[in-house]
Amino acid sequence: MIEIENVRKSFGPLEVLKGINLTVAKGEVLTVIGGSGSGKSTLLTCINGLEAIDSGRILVDGIEVHAKGTNLNKLRQKIGIVFQQWNAFPHLTVLENVMLAQVKVLKRSRAQAEAEAVKQLNHVGLSDKLAVYPARLSGGQQQRMAIARALAMSPDYMLFDEVTSALDPQLVGEVLDTLRMLASEGMTMICVTHEMKFAREVSDRVAFFHKGVMAEIAPPEQLFGAPKDPELQKFLAATH
Amino acid sequence: MFNYNFRWNQALNSLPQMLEGALVTMEIAVLSMAIGITIAIVLTLFRLSGIRALSAVAATWVEIARNTPALFQIYMVHFGLGGFGIHLSPYLSLLIGIAFNNAGYLAENFRGALKAIPETQTRAARSLGMTPIQAFHNVIMPQMLRISFLPMTNQMVWAILMTSLGAVVAMNTDLYGVTSDLNARTFRTFELFAIAAVIFYLITKAITLSARLVAARLFRY
Repeated sequence: MIEIENVRKSFGPLEVLKGINLTVAKGEVLTVIGGSGSGKSTLLTCINGLEAIDSGRILVDGIEVHAKGTNLNKLRQKIGIVFQQWNAFPHLTVLENVMLAQVKVLKRSRAQAEAEAVKQLNHVGLSDKLAVYPARLSGGQQQRMAIARALAMSPDYMLFDEVTSALDPQLVGEVLDTLRMLASEGMTMICVTHEMKFAREVSDRVAFFHKGVMAEIAPPEQLFGAPKDPELQKFLAATH
Repeated sequence: MFNYNFRWNQALNSLPQMLEGALVTMEIAVLSMAIGITIAIVLTLFRLSGIRALSAVAATWVEIARNTPALFQIYMVHFGLGGFGIHLSPYLSLLIGIAFNNAGYLAENFRGALKAIPETQTRAARSLGMTPIQAFHNVIMPQMLRISFLPMTNQMVWAILMTSLGAVVAMNTDLYGVTSDLNARTFRTFELFAIAAVIFYLITKAITLSARLVAARLFRY
């Protein structure tokens, strides 16, 4: 379970998270929507401790992320994150990209790591690209590789930060299909996205962020069907 | 006015000795590069550490190595340290002097290379649970070494040529030292130094060519 309690975060004079309260249960798929600068991406990087917070706290399976004694490297093994820029490691083949952290961080043997990597790459439909360097892949393929790389760490949670925003339109579908597949397999996921149709289909709940505040959270039919927050109404009108 | 008689045969008889000298020259260059690269990586880490004292050490090293003559650096290792009672052989003084110079230039190359690697690479590595050291070692450093591979090759060539500066510390077993001793005994100056120059040229050419082969083999991405 991920528990976010009254989290505040500023970048200089700009407060990007103004007291966020949110709980994500095991197996839940939460999507987060909102305009740019609404704080939704920052929240994700706070959950895995890449960003510090100013006050409040975030608990992942009862472990406080920003507490002093917390072993963040260990905690991050539970929490996979995939970013807008896919960040393939260019000097490694697709297979090696997915094996690296397994060997170095989880201390799996090379054979074990390779088996897991092959399994995950197969899962995201890249089994014919194992020996290829990322430069030879399309953006969608690189992004799916990044997803496989995160999944290979056997995380309990997956965070997706606008993973389709940097892709050419015709490549968005293959990545969203991968996310749909993960959701249907019961992975606990938080997806920050601009894909409304996707959010409506896969989410258990959808949260709308506006200027650092979680203005509304509800199941998709309700949030998209009968939005209450006036900002959300404006947002949906503009994106439809 | 021009009545010098070439005696190539006499000079060529010394070729075996000169080739032995060439081996010493290559040995010093290779060792000084190995030491230089290692120190340069440490200096780069110092600069990345965010610890003021460490980055000051790195910055000072780079400033001195790049902005003073290599000859002075070698001289200082031999005679400067000698003043403090640390007496190094000409071989060691030359090796350390060149390694010092290499480290300074390479650290600066590495810094440039690091700027070319997106910050998000470290972020991706860290979010997979890697420690900062693991991220640097497995993700950043390989890319950094690739980007600075050509400058490293240049530095290697420069290291070969710098061995001739061993003259100031009475180094006499390297290619320059051997040639210079032969010259003192035979006065076949033009022939001897022409042969030495050709050997230097062949060594540096061999380095640039093999670097190209290594690069093609190593960097397939």
